[in-house]
Amino acid sequence: MQDTVKLHFDVSGNDFTCAGEASGKIKRTLKQLGFDISLVRNVAIAVYEAEINMVIHADGGVIDVDIDSDCITVVLKDRGPGIPDIELAMKEGYSTAPENVRMLGFGAGMGLPNIKKYTDEMNIDTVIGVGTTITLKVYNK
Amino acid sequence: MDVKELVEKLNLTVLCSDELGRKVTGCYCGDLLSWVMSRAKEGDAWLTVMGNINSIGVAVLADVACIVLTENAALDDDALMRAKQNDVIVLRTDKNSYEIAAAISRLI
Repeated sequence: MQDTVKLHFDVSGNDFTCAGEASGKIKRTLKQLGFDISLVRNVAIAVYEAEINMVIHADGGVIDVDIDSDCITVVLKDRGPGIPDIELAMKEGYSTAPENVRMLGFGAGMGLPNIKKYTDEMNIDTVIGVGTTITLKVYNK
Repeated sequence: MDVKELVEKLNLTVLCSDELGRKVTGCYCGDLLSWVMSRAKEGDAWLTVMGNINSIGVAVLADVACIVLTENAALDDDALMRAKQNDVIVLRTDKNSYEIAAAISRLI
């Protein structure tokens, strides 16, 4: 693979029927490009969690993916309320998801911990009232 | 064991997919999607009562062999549509997850 493959997705807020489309397409693209199955799974899980977070907490956002042969970079940007306490949000089991979302099987407080677990690098840039940008990197070792 | 054998031996109802040749190599029970996504293994039969569209997304991401909706849990219309689009096998039973997991354990 010589050139960077770029993907862009718009994620709608509060629309659980479309949530998962971006991660599904990223997964298919990585598979087609011949990446290792466990790398594909890790990227897909991390992006799905981040995508769901955008739908639940931030009224949607945009996802940009750069696929290079040695590294997958995913930038998820929203204009949501921001994360007041990142350390707390990173704690397994801590969730601010509302009841209707929990009824769908989300809100286990595993979103951010899962994203960290399945990526090599995770950077959260958040400003209260402005939004959150999460940058993820997974290296092809 | 493949999904077809699982369906026959446990008397499961097939809600989606007529291609049941996929191998079942394990089993995972759970309804919290983030847990399932990160812990279910490829080839597992996933036992759950969550029959919404996001369950299908999780099944695709985790590469499970099939979803088994236990205790006659409902499959939403949009979930059925998504399952068809993504070739996800969805089965149903009136038994609970413990009974089905125990039966799968005896079969594999």
